[in-house]
Amino acid sequence: MVKPTRVTNSIRAQRLANGEMTQADLAERIGVTRQTIIAIEQGRYSPSLEMAFRIARVLRVPLDDVFHYPDAPEEET
Amino acid sequence: MTHQEKRAWVMLVVSVAAYAAYAVTILSRADGRPLPDVPYTAPLLWTVGAAILATILVEIALGVVSPRSSRLTDARDRQIGRLGDYTGQSFVGIGAVAAMLMAMAGWDRFWIANVIYVCFFLSTMLGSVTKVIVYRRTFPQW
Repeated sequence: MVKPTRVTNSIRAQRLANGEMTQADLAERIGVTRQTIIAIEQGRYSPSLEMAFRIARVLRVPLDDVFHYPDAPEEET
Repeated sequence: MTHQEKRAWVMLVVSVAAYAAYAVTILSRADGRPLPDVPYTAPLLWTVGAAILATILVEIALGVVSPRSSRLTDARDRQIGRLGDYTGQSFVGIGAVAAMLMAMAGWDRFWIANVIYVCFFLSTMLGSVTKVIVYRRTFPQW
C-alpha cells in the first residue's frame, strides 16, 4: 500500500544556521539536483541512508539533528 | 524541473501526438470501409519513426539549452525512472499476450498489429504519466 513518508527533517533550518546556505549550494555539495533537495525538505521524498549522512555531514550536524522519525504510537506490531 | 522530468514530458507529449496522428489517419482513410481493409502499415511505421526522431531531436535541443547543472541525474531521478518504467511495462505484457491469443485465434493482422501498437503507446503513456506525477507529488513508500 502506498503511504506518505513519516520521516521529517529540519534541513531548511540547518541550512539557514549554516550561513544561509542555498538549496542549490547544498545540492551541488552532495551531488543531487536542487529539485531533490526541495522534495526532501517538503517531505515528498525520503533520501537513502547514504544521502542522509552526506546531507548531515555538509550541514555539520549529527544525522538525527537533521532527520527525525516519530515514536511508535502508529507502529504496527 | 529536472532534465529527467523534462524527458518524461517529452515522451508523454510525443507519444500522444504520434498515436493521435496515426488514429486520425486510419479513421479518415476508413471512410465507411471495415477497419481491417484500411492500409495501416505505412502510417504505423511513419508515426513510430517520427515519434522516435522527434524525441531524439527535442532531447538534443533540451540538452543544448539547459545549463549543465540541470542535466544532472541523481538517485531520485533513477528511482522515479524505474518506477515509471515498471508501471508502464504491464501494458507490454498485456499487448504481447493479447497478440499471441489473437494470432492463435486467427484474427486479421490489422488487429494484431494494432493491439501491439496501442499497448506500446499505453505503456509509454502510463510510464510517462507515472513519472510526471511522482516528480510533482510524493515518492510512494510501500
